[in-house]
Amino acid sequence: MIDVKDLYFKYPSGIEALRGLNLRIDDGEFVAIMGENGAGKTTLIKHLNGIFKPSKGDIYIDDVDTRDSTIAEISKKVGLVFQNPDHQLFSETVEEEVAFALKNFGYSEEVIDMRVTWALNLLNLESHRNESPFILSGGERKRVALAAILAWNPKVIVLDEPTIGQDYEQKERLRQLIIQLNSQGRTVIMVTHDVEFVADCEPRVVLMSKGKVIADGPALEILTDFEITNRASILVPQIPSLMDHLKDVCAIHKILNYHDAKNVLLEIARVGQRKS
Amino acid sequence: MALEGLKFKQIYSPIHKIDPRVKFVISCIIFSVTLLYIELIPLILLFTIQVPLVYLAHVFKEWSRSIKGSLYLTIMIFFLNLIFGYFSSGYQITSNAITYAIATSVRFLTLVSSFSIFFLTTSPDDLGLALQRARLPYAFCFAFTTAVRFVPVLADEAQNIIDAQRSRGLELDRGSFLSRVRKYIPILIPLIVGAIRRSLEMAEAMESRAFGAKDVRTNLYELEMSGRDWMVLIISLFALLFSIYIRYYVTIPSFEIPIPI
Amino acid sequence: MSQIETIDLSYLYPGAEKSTLVDINLTIEEGEFVMLTGPSGCGKTTLCRCLNGLIPHFYGGKMGGGVNVCGIDVKSNPMSKLSQHVGYVFQNPDNQLFALTVERDVAFGLENLALPRKEIKNSIDWAMETVGISELRNASPNELSGGQKQLVAIACVLAMKPRILIMDEPTSNLDPMAAKRMFDIVKKLNEKFGMTVILVEHRLDLLSTFVNRVIVMAEGCIKIDGSPKIVLNSLESQILGIGIPKVIRLYQDIKREGFDIGGIPLTVEEFASSFRRRLQR
Repeated sequence: MIDVKDLYFKYPSGIEALRGLNLRIDDGEFVAIMGENGAGKTTLIKHLNGIFKPSKGDIYIDDVDTRDSTIAEISKKVGLVFQNPDHQLFSETVEEEVAFALKNFGYSEEVIDMRVTWALNLLNLESHRNESPFILSGGERKRVALAAILAWNPKVIVLDEPTIGQDYEQKERLRQLIIQLNSQGRTVIMVTHDVEFVADCEPRVVLMSKGKVIADGPALEILTDFEITNRASILVPQIPSLMDHLKDVCAIHKILNYHDAKNVLLEIARVGQRKS
Repeated sequence: MALEGLKFKQIYSPIHKIDPRVKFVISCIIFSVTLLYIELIPLILLFTIQVPLVYLAHVFKEWSRSIKGSLYLTIMIFFLNLIFGYFSSGYQITSNAITYAIATSVRFLTLVSSFSIFFLTTSPDDLGLALQRARLPYAFCFAFTTAVRFVPVLADEAQNIIDAQRSRGLELDRGSFLSRVRKYIPILIPLIVGAIRRSLEMAEAMESRAFGAKDVRTNLYELEMSGRDWMVLIISLFALLFSIYIRYYVTIPSFEIPIPI
Repeated sequence: MSQIETIDLSYLYPGAEKSTLVDINLTIEEGEFVMLTGPSGCGKTTLCRCLNGLIPHFYGGKMGGGVNVCGIDVKSNPMSKLSQHVGYVFQNPDNQLFALTVERDVAFGLENLALPRKEIKNSIDWAMETVGISELRNASPNELSGGQKQLVAIACVLAMKPRILIMDEPTSNLDPMAAKRMFDIVKKLNEKFGMTVILVEHRLDLLSTFVNRVIVMAEGCIKIDGSPKIVLNSLESQILGIGIPKVIRLYQDIKREGFDIGGIPLTVEEFASSFRRRLQR
């Protein structure tokens, strides 16, 4: 359980990135953190595993203040997947790369072997096990970095902009993986500005602006609210935008899901046909 | 932290406006003059006359940071000289030795100070232009200014890499000396690979903008010595000559430093 | 003769086992706004590199067939010549800005061409004005946001007044607002100055209104080539697995159920008005 209380954070340069942020995430939740550039999203998630410690305010991970733990200790529970996989890759083989954290955390050889195999299979990387991570394509390197974090099975997974540079199929696979990980009981938090991806996942959405949380609720509520998305300077997804354009023919406003939209439009069409 | 004292700050002060080549000469002159003197009074004087220049250039905060940063080294120099003097004068600390040690330390501080002022008031672009004027090949000057441009980028990247690896349980502050050194491999490799990748991407972009099209390129800005620059240069040269004169023809009062016993 | 012409173009990277490009025959006329898309690894970036000389001059390898850009043969002419006709904006905003101020970066290409100083000054003023970054003239690139950096990159390339602008996934590191701002500028360059634009992108929903031609590649070949409406509505697009905008999928799905709203919609507005019109019948 993550509890952020009145969090303030100021960079050494003087920029105040977080100004009184309150957020509570329970175990097993699926949360998307969104907001414009400079809203403080990346700063916030770096607090979640202790890289940053608050200037003011507190963060508790399972009732333990992050100030009282080291990054390594918190990371056992909270796995942070950074945006750029090239900031992590350094090993001679993919296998070593995925095993790195497990070695650091002191697991036994057998457990390491088991977990590495599990992670490689989950991300379809078994065929690349003995290859150098540096010769892999961009998408494959991203998967290696993800596997390296999932390997120790943290109960909270934080993803920083996971969809950047991914094509349609890769995004689909990622979406299915995230949903699978969440359905298995892990807390998944993702920072993203990809509204369509969030609309497809339908998580809880936390909107940030200028270092604070300005909205917090189900995706269906937040992403169909034009006033709030405007304030957070994020783009409205296609489906809610479409339903807004058709509000004269459609009584139901809050639709986010593609299939719901399709069914509603078909219903209207059929009613229309019956009338004529 | 001490490195901050060398970072250029874009302000419009009379010192900033002086041609970089003249400023470089002045820094060298100041340092050469310190080498002329062993007496404390002129040395301390040389250090202190730089202070009004610092204020004139509005760089006091950064300058004092570089001085503070080099205090450690200065103190080391002081004690090293003292120890050397101790051994070379037959296992005793003479007043001479103390004076000499202080003098060397002040010389070092003056060196740091004058070059700090130089770097703080000279944009790396202008430095690059000065190097070009000195007939260094353009590729070298470009490499220089580009390196300066990317130092903050690399510093950020290094920090990101450290954060990313610490998030995988890497504990850099634990373990024996040897194991700690080994722990930097997961930091260095991504940094180096990243630097290589970056330079390849940059080379692509440079080629795509006609780099190397012509043997001689035009520079948008050129360094030109103004009347004021010449005046400053001439005054500085006179100051150098004057100092040489004083050194050889005028006795400077020196005093004995009492040995604290 | 077309502005860009490839004849049986194929390419093998040095040390690679399989050719990245296989028998590409492509013509692009002046003033077209082309979107180049396809699954990762299909060869889109490689194709772009063949158009400004990065292939074969920078990357080496084996180039089969020929490429002509503005009447110049790419294989036998140096990049310094080709880059005066083709501007290339890369994906990473950071690694294409080298100087310590924006102004000096925009001037870089022109300085390389040894143009007279006055001409350089005029060109960079015009380029910065056109892209809308004149107030960033003395800014250091480290102070800029990703979106601003990409705009500067466009100005750097624009200052050289190329006839063709190639952009390789320029918005992948940008948030949607910054991406939209960038596309608006590029659209202006295409409409107002008649620049040919070739844009490699995955985010088809943001772009479909700007472009007049979509080329989909897969496995080193061009699979589909045509107007956005036709390409994005085609069955083959679905099979290739590119991200078809939701409004088009909706159009296809409800048409399958017997309700045809008329023309293929590229935007939310088009869908809405077509749907409403169909209802009223």
